[in-house]
Amino acid sequence: MQRYEQIEPMEPIIGPGQTYATITERISSIPLTDLRQTPRGWLVGFAISFSFLMLFLISILWLFARGTGIWGLNIPVAWGFAIINFVWWIGIGHAGTLISAVLLLFQQSWRNSINRFAEAMTLFAVACAGLFPILHLGRPWLFYWLIPYPNTLGMWPQFRSPLAWDVFAISTYATVSLLFWLVGLIPDFAILRDRAAGKLQRQIFGLLSLGWRSSSRHWHRYEMAYLILAALSTPLVVSVHSIVSLDFAVSQLPGWHVTIFPPYFVAGAVFSGFAMVLTLTIPIRKWYNLEDFITMKHLDNMAKVMLVTGSIVFYGYLMELFYGWYSASAFEQFMVLNRMIGPYAPFFWALIVCNGIIPQLLWFKFFRQNIPFLFVFSIIVNIGMWLERFVIVVISLHREFLPSSWDMYTPTFWDWSLYIGSFGLFFTLLFLFIRFLPMINIFEMSMLQFSENEKAHGREARRVQLAGDTPEPAEMA
Amino acid sequence: MTMQSQEERVDLSEIRTRLAGATGQQYWRSLEEVAETKEFQEFLHREFPSGASEWDNSFSRRTFLKVMGASLALAGLTACRYQPVERIAPYVNAPEQIVPGLPLFYTSVATSRGYAQGVVVESHTGRPTFISGNPEHPASLGAVDVFTQAEILTMYDPERSRQVLNNGDKSNWDAFVADITPQLAELRRARGAGLHILTQTVTSPTLASQFRALQSAYPEAQWHQYEPVGRDNVRAGAQLAFGEYVDTLYHFDQAQVILALDSDFLFAVPGNVRYARDFSTGRRVRRDNLESNRLYVVESTPSITGAIADHRQPLRASEIERLTRVVARRLGVSGVSDTELPPGMPAEWLEALVEDLQQHRGTSVVVVGDNQPPIVHALVHAINQQLDNVGTTLSYIDPVEAHPVNQLESLQALTTALQSGQVGMLVMFGGNPVYDAPSDLNFADALARVGTSVHLSLFVDETSARSTWHIPAAHFLEAWGDARAFDGTASVIQPLIEPLYGGKSAHELVATLMGQIEVSGYDIVRNFWRSRGLGGRDFDTFWHTALSKGVIEGTTAAPKQVTLQIAEFPDTVTALPADELEILFQPDPSVWDGRFANNGWLQELPKPLTKLTWDNAALIGVATAERLRLQNGDVVELRTQGRTLRVPVWIAPGHVDEAVTVYLGYGRERAGAVGTGQGVNVYRLRTSDNLWITSGQLRRTASRYQLVSTQDHSSMEGREIVVSGTLAQFRSNPEHPPFFHGEHEHLSLYPDYPYDGPRSWGMVIDLSTCIGCNACVLACQAENNIPVVGKGQVANAREMHWLRIDRYYSGELDNPRIYFQPMACVHCEKAPCELVCPVAATIHDDEGVNNMVYNRCVGTRYCSNNCPYKVRRFNFLQYTDLESETLKLQRNPNVTVRNRGVMEKCTYCIQRISAARIEGEKANQPVLKDGDVITACQAACPTQAIIFGNLNNADSEVNRLKAEPLNYGVLEELNTRPRTTYLARVTNPNPSIEPEMPADGHHGTETIPNPAIEHEMPADGHHGTE
Repeated sequence: MQRYEQIEPMEPIIGPGQTYATITERISSIPLTDLRQTPRGWLVGFAISFSFLMLFLISILWLFARGTGIWGLNIPVAWGFAIINFVWWIGIGHAGTLISAVLLLFQQSWRNSINRFAEAMTLFAVACAGLFPILHLGRPWLFYWLIPYPNTLGMWPQFRSPLAWDVFAISTYATVSLLFWLVGLIPDFAILRDRAAGKLQRQIFGLLSLGWRSSSRHWHRYEMAYLILAALSTPLVVSVHSIVSLDFAVSQLPGWHVTIFPPYFVAGAVFSGFAMVLTLTIPIRKWYNLEDFITMKHLDNMAKVMLVTGSIVFYGYLMELFYGWYSASAFEQFMVLNRMIGPYAPFFWALIVCNGIIPQLLWFKFFRQNIPFLFVFSIIVNIGMWLERFVIVVISLHREFLPSSWDMYTPTFWDWSLYIGSFGLFFTLLFLFIRFLPMINIFEMSMLQFSENEKAHGREARRVQLAGDTPEPAEMA
Repeated sequence: MTMQSQEERVDLSEIRTRLAGATGQQYWRSLEEVAETKEFQEFLHREFPSGASEWDNSFSRRTFLKVMGASLALAGLTACRYQPVERIAPYVNAPEQIVPGLPLFYTSVATSRGYAQGVVVESHTGRPTFISGNPEHPASLGAVDVFTQAEILTMYDPERSRQVLNNGDKSNWDAFVADITPQLAELRRARGAGLHILTQTVTSPTLASQFRALQSAYPEAQWHQYEPVGRDNVRAGAQLAFGEYVDTLYHFDQAQVILALDSDFLFAVPGNVRYARDFSTGRRVRRDNLESNRLYVVESTPSITGAIADHRQPLRASEIERLTRVVARRLGVSGVSDTELPPGMPAEWLEALVEDLQQHRGTSVVVVGDNQPPIVHALVHAINQQLDNVGTTLSYIDPVEAHPVNQLESLQALTTALQSGQVGMLVMFGGNPVYDAPSDLNFADALARVGTSVHLSLFVDETSARSTWHIPAAHFLEAWGDARAFDGTASVIQPLIEPLYGGKSAHELVATLMGQIEVSGYDIVRNFWRSRGLGGRDFDTFWHTALSKGVIEGTTAAPKQVTLQIAEFPDTVTALPADELEILFQPDPSVWDGRFANNGWLQELPKPLTKLTWDNAALIGVATAERLRLQNGDVVELRTQGRTLRVPVWIAPGHVDEAVTVYLGYGRERAGAVGTGQGVNVYRLRTSDNLWITSGQLRRTASRYQLVSTQDHSSMEGREIVVSGTLAQFRSNPEHPPFFHGEHEHLSLYPDYPYDGPRSWGMVIDLSTCIGCNACVLACQAENNIPVVGKGQVANAREMHWLRIDRYYSGELDNPRIYFQPMACVHCEKAPCELVCPVAATIHDDEGVNNMVYNRCVGTRYCSNNCPYKVRRFNFLQYTDLESETLKLQRNPNVTVRNRGVMEKCTYCIQRISAARIEGEKANQPVLKDGDVITACQAACPTQAIIFGNLNNADSEVNRLKAEPLNYGVLEELNTRPRTTYLARVTNPNPSIEPEMPADGHHGTETIPNPAIEHEMPADGHHGTE
């Protein structure tokens, strides 16, 4: 296992002056803080998130009581916010998997400080995303008919439908993401168990750490399991959003039936996911004084990833327009024109500005390392990626083959409340996470510190045995 | 606790004392508790009644098991005991003819607009559920219009009147009889002076004879008639021309050239369904029939007749007279002074028209609208005589009405009598004069001066509310009666059900006025026909034949010889005052004069041209809108003769300029929950001197009103949706008409299903004969239990109609060509919807029908997104009314009632296919023939433009039509392989007016799609906003 020796960071990925002890102390103190000493800021943030979660629940209650007619849906626009939000949240989830799995395999150790957080974000985003396809059903209580199970109806799902593929893609993704996250937490649970002051805390973390004792054998198996899970997750990064894109591409609707959708959706997903990671980490590293762990190097790297994926996405937009023209089909050509100069044209141009033009600023280091800019930029990209799905879903549907059925889609209060409410679910889970679990991987940070130290002392890092590299938790205490 | 008698008895006085002695609130469970009896103490102590909680120690384990076993067995036995104690009777003496599950069909006639339209009513175990046309009836020939079909919903309307009302208070029939009997006796002594009767147009021979009998009993009684959409001008025109009242019958099937002058003869006149059928027979262009009639329409307001015309010219209604004079003079009618052609009428157009008419002597016909003044009618009579059309394309008969009068004068006479206080008793049979009388008559005030007013009506409406007595009327499906059709043919109205709400028929009310209290409607009608001596001695056979056929033989009016009596045609043309617009009153295509206002089906039915629902708007032309800078939904104020009305405008391409059309029938104050408050009451502007055409000022206001249309976009965007061409083009190459563009490749990844069973279904819709009348839309709604969703939901494009009629315009805005295209599920063989449903809720059967399995649908709506025709409808909310009991009775028991969250769409009337399939298999004739399955839309279509049948039967009509060169599938290039295809619309323009077009036809003149300028609606997208 050579992975800590191969990178030569230009800038430190851990701030100066950090030792094993300070790393462990700094990170583990947050979850171990006594409940009564919960920071006021956290309480305020949690309360706000929780109230939005309540809005979410009320919106769902009203939805179940009345039906999807509370939204602005109609015929022809039979899909609206629910599907837009679904794709948007799923996309956001992708950054987490990419950071933790793909970068792990590529041995990008700078990822260590943000992977835990990104994985948690993935999970919570998938939780939000997973609800929308069920909520958007006309009869949500029958959602399980999409799952193949032996039943007295003698019916299976209709496997030619991409919606049936979605079920597998998303459930697999959610399961693997959860396992990956939990497995990665085990050594840290053990650290928290060992440092916990209260009995209850000790018991809970003891239970969660599954008897972790940091033996070499544990570390060996852990590493193997983690790698396997990473290898399993990696294709999911590509497959999930590819399949989500097929929800559209399999249809014959101009604006949906596009062959470049799978790669373009995956790039868009990573793009939006990194945007959300930036949106979340920039304030959190400030509030919790984690600048030493999430350094400028991280922000710069993430910005570079966004530049690449953003450019792919922009290329996708241009290709869509090109295909529309090149198809020589009147319907496709109309779709392109309708995007550009139809009634929803402002949304399209906003999308081009948000996702096409502004990301080009990241070619310049000045912008990549300008934290206020990055924060604003990440929000612009989040909006842009939401607009992208709006453009695809609504603008394609509202005017298609027969002009007699053309109509407009106007979201209602309940469309917005469910969308905004889903932030409540996301942030409530996120606040609980940063308060009760180590949001940065303690042991991986310690390893990173070790390899940094090695370099700092100009010595060759020779030791390859993982277990030996890792300081025992007791030593750090 | 009956055992207490043997035990300790409760001492009541003791209890009283105890309770009296207690302080605070005392709760006691029983008298025993208060008395603190020993038993009660024990009862409390034990918790369970005696014996239940005692454990007999002598029980061994074995005994215990035995007892348990026995208990269980006994418990099982008790479960068998629950049989109803009530006696139930086996179905030994089943009612004759009724087979549960199989419907029965009865003939009757509907008289929605006065004249009879033959119907066949479907009845399921005693509940009528569906009205279709009677093929034997001359006014129907199997088809029906929307009003007649919607009557079934009116009958079950839960808001129909259920109660006799006396000055608004609940009363009953006996009280009514007791109240009027002495009054009638007094009136009889006065020879009937002071007794007035008000009816609508009466075509019922029985009712007429009853009125005559009434008039002999009360010689000075007055019979008034008033119909707000009346035919006074028609009658006066005939009087002017021939010196007597005659009705004109048209034979459009004999006509090769038709000129309609402001006449919507396909919709607005008695006999319209028959006329549509006759008209369409001359337009069935096929490979082997390269002939078509030619229709010229000059009209003010775009109508369905104008839409199907080969040549249409907008002209203000007041200038029709001038045009008619020119035409008459050019054709050589004597006594017509020289007149200039009205401005806007192209001279070459008129030249060509006159020449065409002259070339078709005896095979042409000129028709004129009911709203045109009498002189125009007289002129047209003269023109038709001049063209030798009488006897071939039209004929005259004695009036069908029992008592033809000038109805306006009749109502004016009544109002005068009322105001002078001469009316002791006014009995109103139907009608709603308080709402629909000309506003200058102030009928409501006049009515207040009557001694006793009686109003027989289906609803407690505006007039009922101001009458002394309101009597709930029986619906025509509930009571015996009779009526005559537009050509005089009489039919008996058969009831199918006992009056749901205890209503009375007009016959019964007249009998009551005559003092015949206990006479049934059945006897009245039957006795009338018996007295006519029809059928000879075997009256029963005659009666039975009349009922089962729906037509009384030998009652059709014979053609009448009339001679023109008029020598001079005085000029009554008046110029439109400067700075005024022409205001035209028209009956509404959905609610007529307001009588159908509470019918949800009709309210939600998109009006044929504007596609508006739930409202009436003031229609204006495009140029007028531009000049006044008006947009759809802008509220304007109309002012005429000091009366003002605020009404939202709607821009109707093809509407004549400097004119505004307003529709009657809306703004009801007491119509019921569906109709009250919808739209604007135009009657407030309508006065007796100008019932149809007046002029006034239009002023825009700052406010806006939400008008709701089901189709926001009317251009075909240059797409091949409605393919059309001219007859000349078709003749030039009948095998490959030049207006079609190329063939489409049909490749598929999936193998083709052979469909080699005995049946495989398909449909063809002939766009040359579709007149856009909506009959199919309503038939589909009635047959398939399609719910009404309300204005708010329609505003968000959630109407549920499985079958819609798309209306497109092409060409110039001021006079566009208008196209109709009925669009329902086309049952694609490669259905995009089926591929994307994750639960297989929409699937093909082996007969090629794309079925929707409601129970399986989870509501992803992906099928609708992937449907290029957008014909799938989704229950976004709970649209079906599951509460109203009577509405449940109306529903078709063979069609699933859908609830929220489920997709639905056209099934090709799968329930009818199923029934026919079973019958066919039983008869060992599995290959079904034409006529075995007739879909609801097909049956209702007056022009037989919809043909459905078995593609696996080589002889079927649908197979023949699919082989026609005009046959094409909409969006065929998507390789959906639709099973519903269309026959391209072939028009027959006069080559001297319309030079031959280039070979690519004229489906949509726009070739460059420009979404930016194609907003027809305000930017929020919906049909105008508040």
